[in-house]
Amino acid sequence: MLTILFDGVAYGMLLFVLAIGLCVTLGLMNFINLAHGAFAMAGGYLTIVMMNRYGVSFYWSLPAAFVFSAILGAVLEHTLYVHLYTKSHLDQVLFSIGLVFMATAIVDYFMGANQQTINLPSSLEGRVDFLGASIGVYRIFTIVLCGLLTIGLQFVLSKTRFGSRLRAAVDDGRVARGMGIDVTKIFALTFAVGSGLAGLGGALSTGIISMDPTFPLKYMIYFLIVISVGGATTITGPFFASLLLGVADVAGKYYMPAVGGFIIYTIMVAVLILRPQGLFTRASR
Amino acid sequence: MRKQILKGLAASAIALAALPALAQETVKIGLILPMTGQQASTGRQLEAGVKTYMAQHGAKVAGKTIEVIVKDDTGVADISKRLAQELVVNDKVSVLGGFGLTPIAMAVGPVATQAKVPAIIMTAATSVVVEQSPYFIRVGRTMPQMTFPIADWAAKNGVKTAVTLVSDYAPGIDGEKFFKQRFEEAGGKVLDTLRAPLASPDFAAFLQKAKDLKPDALFLFVPSGQGATLMKQVIDRDFAGSKIRVIATGDVTDDDLLNSMGDSVLGMVTSHDYSADHDSPENKAFVETFKKVNDNLRPNMMAIAAYDGMDVIYRALEATKGDANGQKLIEAMKGQKWMSPRGPMEIDATTREAIPPMYIRKVERKNGELYNVEFEAVGPVKDPTHK
Repeated sequence: MLTILFDGVAYGMLLFVLAIGLCVTLGLMNFINLAHGAFAMAGGYLTIVMMNRYGVSFYWSLPAAFVFSAILGAVLEHTLYVHLYTKSHLDQVLFSIGLVFMATAIVDYFMGANQQTINLPSSLEGRVDFLGASIGVYRIFTIVLCGLLTIGLQFVLSKTRFGSRLRAAVDDGRVARGMGIDVTKIFALTFAVGSGLAGLGGALSTGIISMDPTFPLKYMIYFLIVISVGGATTITGPFFASLLLGVADVAGKYYMPAVGGFIIYTIMVAVLILRPQGLFTRASR
Repeated sequence: MRKQILKGLAASAIALAALPALAQETVKIGLILPMTGQQASTGRQLEAGVKTYMAQHGAKVAGKTIEVIVKDDTGVADISKRLAQELVVNDKVSVLGGFGLTPIAMAVGPVATQAKVPAIIMTAATSVVVEQSPYFIRVGRTMPQMTFPIADWAAKNGVKTAVTLVSDYAPGIDGEKFFKQRFEEAGGKVLDTLRAPLASPDFAAFLQKAKDLKPDALFLFVPSGQGATLMKQVIDRDFAGSKIRVIATGDVTDDDLLNSMGDSVLGMVTSHDYSADHDSPENKAFVETFKKVNDNLRPNMMAIAAYDGMDVIYRALEATKGDANGQKLIEAMKGQKWMSPRGPMEIDATTREAIPPMYIRKVERKNGELYNVEFEAVGPVKDPTHK
């Protein structure tokens, strides 16, 4: 019972870290970036290459995946995405889905199409007993790391100067510019951090699932569910939505294996009918 | 200028006139493989198997030159059907082959029947496929052929209760059905049958459920290529510590992926017809050539099916003395027996189904690499579903 809860929370936390970057670009910057999963895949494959080819420790691979995806995000933002901020949503969707296909083809060419995994360091393997339930060490590691990240993000957004500037830039870009806030720079930095977090999420997920070139497409559905259930205007919304989906998915598959796979979709449909603005957002202004 | 055009025309006219004569000298084989997309590792192994056969036996048989045309269907059945039509109509192939998934073989069946072109099923493993066209020949294996031996082995080795966990698609459900049937006939009891969605990223819930049911053994089946993900989570859940034996068909411990799974799969018991470790002179030669022409790739069950598929075609052409007529070829393919790198192979003369030799294997470390080491030969297994 507790094991199921823990598995669900770990899965939800992982979803959150993977999806949070998309929430930021979609909710805060009003930009639809379906290629978000590609940044997660970049982080995942970097981890695989570093660990399997160069024998780098898993603990070093995680920050490396963050930095790599963040730089990749910054470069692409500066060269490609920046031209699309003012375009229509359809253009953004077409552009970013095109990027997904390109990323898939590139990874397929260089890394091959088969699933690739890593072998976790022995300190993260195995299981421990916690209140009578047996829990995987790696899942605890994921929960702690993602939990710290969430607290950190929430702190930065609500308590720091950067956070208030970002919120100002989002609420009214023109006025923010008029007040001397460099909106372009803030957006670029936010995009890079969002991509970096996706990369970190990708690296973390190589410990549980494996990477293959279709990763961005497979996970796009989950990201979009998280955002549609949680709403994209806050961080706490997607956070609780991820947890809810993670636990519902795992528990559903455990207690009702025959229909378990459909539970998260059912939740999404129910939420979209009852609260189309998202479960955890204020009613629309 | 005009002269040149005329000259060009004349040249192409001569070339055209020469074509029929040439066509009689070459026999074309059209392979429809998933070279990109999710099944790409299957396509790569199949193509590598064909290359290995050609490297060993050359491109000439019974006075004919063999030409292989590879088309990529990305694993999508609609495309496979169109490609099959193109290969038959435009390229005038004498034999079709490949087919990475059951639906693909199903889609190509009618084309083979209409065109009277033999079609070699190398991968698709659902029993019923081979009955879809009188021109189908299977050289791979079927789900019951893979699951019966491991069900028998489990029942004989102290496993009283089992839980099955399969991917929720046709071969997975076949595997579940045949394991349950055979295992319960032998006096065992299947406590629960779990089905994970084909694109399941996290098996956690299913595995925990299986563990909490406390069976003696957990039987697994996932499509080739997904074994690594599943095994990673199986190990993470520590079944060994709960005294639950993990058994599977050989797809899970795929030779192509086995090394990346790490030491934790050591000792896992599976049943299949091919292991790169199989101890025979034929297999040694096969593995050696395979690695040489394919950049040190290790052959898996897909590669051996493609290799045997080419063997069947070559043998049939020898029997017809180079006549590539579809009806004559298919007749020559039925009932063939030969020594394959996996052991003695046979094509059933009436059902056109492969009768591969099956083995029970255990994962062991050999020369620093992980291999499926065969420890019990089950012998040839006929598919029980064909009447």
